Amino acid sequence: MLKDTHQTEIDEILNRYPVKRSALLPLLYLAQREEGYVTEAAMQEIAGILKLTPPQVYETATFYTMLNLKPVGKFHLQVCKSLMCALVGSDTVIGWIGTKLGIKPGQTTPDKLFTLSIVECLAACGTGPMMQVNDDYYERLTEEKLDRILADLRQTGTSPLKTGPFMWPEPANKP
Amino acid sequence: MKTYEPILLKNMLQPGYAGSLPEYERAGGYQALRKVLGKVTPAEVTAVVMKSGLRGRGGAGFPTGVKWGFLPKDYQGPRYLCCNADESEPGTFKDRQLIERDPHQILEGMLLACYAIGAASSYIYIRGEFVLGAKILEAAIKEARAAGYIGKNILGTGVSIDIWVHRGAGAYICGEETALLESLEGKRGLPRVKPPFPATHGLYNKPTVVNNVETLANLPHIMNRGAEWFASIGSPPKSTGTRVFCVSGHVARPGNYEVPMGITFRELIYEQAGGMRSEKPLKAFIPGGASAPFLTPDHLDVKLDFESVALAGSMLGSGGVTVMEEGTDMVWAALRLMEFFYHESCGKCSPCREGSSWLVQIMRRIVNKRGQMADLETLTDLCKNIAGRTVCAFGDAEVSPILSTLKHWRHEYVTLIHAAEAANLIRPEPAGAKH
Repeated sequence: MLKDTHQTEIDEILNRYPVKRSALLPLLYLAQREEGYVTEAAMQEIAGILKLTPPQVYETATFYTMLNLKPVGKFHLQVCKSLMCALVGSDTVIGWIGTKLGIKPGQTTPDKLFTLSIVECLAACGTGPMMQVNDDYYERLTEEKLDRILADLRQTGTSPLKTGPFMWPEPANKP
Repeated sequence: MKTYEPILLKNMLQPGYAGSLPEYERAGGYQALRKVLGKVTPAEVTAVVMKSGLRGRGGAGFPTGVKWGFLPKDYQGPRYLCCNADESEPGTFKDRQLIERDPHQILEGMLLACYAIGAASSYIYIRGEFVLGAKILEAAIKEARAAGYIGKNILGTGVSIDIWVHRGAGAYICGEETALLESLEGKRGLPRVKPPFPATHGLYNKPTVVNNVETLANLPHIMNRGAEWFASIGSPPKSTGTRVFCVSGHVARPGNYEVPMGITFRELIYEQAGGMRSEKPLKAFIPGGASAPFLTPDHLDVKLDFESVALAGSMLGSGGVTVMEEGTDMVWAALRLMEFFYHESCGKCSPCREGSSWLVQIMRRIVNKRGQMADLETLTDLCKNIAGRTVCAFGDAEVSPILSTLKHWRHEYVTLIHAAEAANLIRPEPAGAKH
């Protein structure tokens, strides 16, 4: 139960809003952070916390693509295929990932490490092709860069190739 | 290349600037707030913003001061400010940079806006994918709270304003201001029927203002340097100030460029963004995000201001300029954008929900060389029955890639259909076909 383990965080979230229901998305995120996806039990519990009916929670949860209602791999590779990225090669990136990991969009590798999703614009149009892996952006992808990212993810769970605070064109580095 | 004085990007262009509170203060940050809070009346702040000519940077370009002015003067209950950081118009990536590189500039702008409209609570609705941006904003809010800029009795003036970050969860439509409010209320992000407008019935049915990140980031500068100064930049009287234009696609140096409104697309693309990436000439460009109709090389000397782009048959929108080189398949390009709109249609209005699906099916058929001439008429007909018949502007937006490519590159559609017709001639008849 979220309440048993995260009471302080739940209270802190509820305090931000004059109306309880506003805490729905933050609580669904909390549930997803805990289990990797939003379980039915979590939705039931959240309904209880916010004094909503379970269908009210479910109707909201099903609207938003970032809430996973089924398990995904440890690393959720989300490649943007909107026009701006497609102009600079996103379809090629999707092909590379498919070959390297042996999965199609929507599939997870048998070791449950990687899930591949094709998504729409992630606001990185000047630095495409790009993908988001869990919380991080990886931009200006090349095949070599992708190989390193996948290897880093397997080994350390993250990669130094992820984008930091964004600025493009890059600013001058030294004062 | 001509250079221009940056306003919003000024701090982050300084080598080593990381956007912390001490750095922001050293660069003159929070001076506008000190100057205004308790010293200038909220009505005067609104008057200055109105006089500056500042218009919304999110897409619609509505005058900011006028928007604030719609709030009921005599209403005693709570009012809210929402910062629209749901940046999700394909081609646009400026707010992300403003948030991650100089978050206090946005917070100061929000505090000024809250003061002007009398809001004690405000929310930053940031798109869910911007996890880093949300963390940076939360850290900045913590810093500002500790320094007495946010919270109770700000700088001892008796004014109290709180700011919270609220993450969206991957829905383009939540950039539409009433869908944003629904989402913030914990519901599906379906746009509301207007009127009533958020100014009277917004968040929790209370008077509310929703302003874009870049719009808010301009406020400290306007309050510091005055309405006349701001109104002298760009293409007055209707398009004042700078815009952070996002250039993407087949250019040599894609990225964010802050320039005064009113320079030409030619200057933005060929000087700021370094021209085309290869020898291939420019074939088409989108002037203001995916919702803006495509333009052609003939429009390169159009000025980047609200009126000029509208006169050219498109819109300045969110400032996302996407450039396509010779050889780009325009029907394919329109299909890609149509797929985006199909994916993102919230499903509230039938013309958009059903229409976007039909449009994608027909476009796929044409691209896959299985279309027929009658499809072109069906496309046009469908588009006309979607635009203007939906609760929000999404309906008008989703038809623009198809209608504008049909207008400028109809021959490409025709070529694909002719190829389909030619293929049909040699297609073997199905077994058992009767004559």
